[in-house]
Amino acid sequence: MKLFKRLLCRRGLFVPILIAVAALLTALFAGVHSGGKNGGPAKAPSTVSELPPGSTDLIRPEELAKALQASAKPTVLNVGPRVIYVQAHIPGAEYIGPMAKPEGLEKLRARAALLPRDSFLVIYCGCCPWEHCPNIRPAYKELRQMGFTRLKVLYIENSFGSDWVEKGYPTAKGE
Amino acid sequence: MIGLVAALYWHRRISSPTASISTLPVPAITLTDLSGNTLNPSGYKGQVVLINFWAAWCTPCRAEIPQFMTLQDQYRSRGFQAVGISLDDPEGVLRDFCRESKVNYPIVMGNQRIAEAFGGVLGLPTTFLIGRDGLIHAKYEGATDFPKLEQEITALLESGH
Repeated sequence: MKLFKRLLCRRGLFVPILIAVAALLTALFAGVHSGGKNGGPAKAPSTVSELPPGSTDLIRPEELAKALQASAKPTVLNVGPRVIYVQAHIPGAEYIGPMAKPEGLEKLRARAALLPRDSFLVIYCGCCPWEHCPNIRPAYKELRQMGFTRLKVLYIENSFGSDWVEKGYPTAKGE
Repeated sequence: MIGLVAALYWHRRISSPTASISTLPVPAITLTDLSGNTLNPSGYKGQVVLINFWAAWCTPCRAEIPQFMTLQDQYRSRGFQAVGISLDDPEGVLRDFCRESKVNYPIVMGNQRIAEAFGGVLGLPTTFLIGRDGLIHAKYEGATDFPKLEQEITALLESGH
């Protein structure tokens, strides 16, 4: 204790010690609140807006391409910018528009209201790298709140061009 | 620790691969920038031109603008010219962004026709590098690898291509 007091009083050591203690307390607090108290790995809470890469609500391009060949095809909605949709989109995908604009969210609500809540529904964007997409998470959140139980989000890691078109999956063009 | 992991992950995502393309001629299209000036990418023959497709709503695109501005300042006198083509941005938003960010190169409102003239732009950001010979020498899809881009710019400026 005496040594600690001496260290604390020593010029130049007070701030680093304070930072280290604060970091230790923050780490302990975070561990307790994320379920890490059992000694196992802390599991991050899954919220509707996160959509982490391993989420079961995601569908990979190869899985969707297969699903599109089945007799009971999913309803596919595009929530990205029009300029990309008109150049290339998934055949049969309906254009809704980007969620970054208020009219996009309204249009999504209106279209989704016509669908049974247990319908196989897929949304996608692909405007930009996954973690930066401003459209996919608001659309997912909205549809989850509306109660869709078979909702899937197409996981496009980089862009629609590189992860769908260049991979050779079916593509349509135009409005 | 979390910060370190996040920083490493961010670095990995930013350093996305560059797609090299065979040299194709730059499309002969006329563009109009936000100031009303017409410009033609093929009219820059003799200069090294960078064409960046982006959008103000696209976070990684916005993050790259200051770096393009630095390149423009650094290499302008050696014959380098950057041009930004915005996709799906309302004009007012675009003007406000460019004024606030003091963008030092021409910005054009893009559309499907312009994107298709460059072989299609199906994700943002997408950047093309055109040599002094008027040929497209590189295409960067996703976040730009700036050290590599700068290397290619200087190589093109020095080679005369």
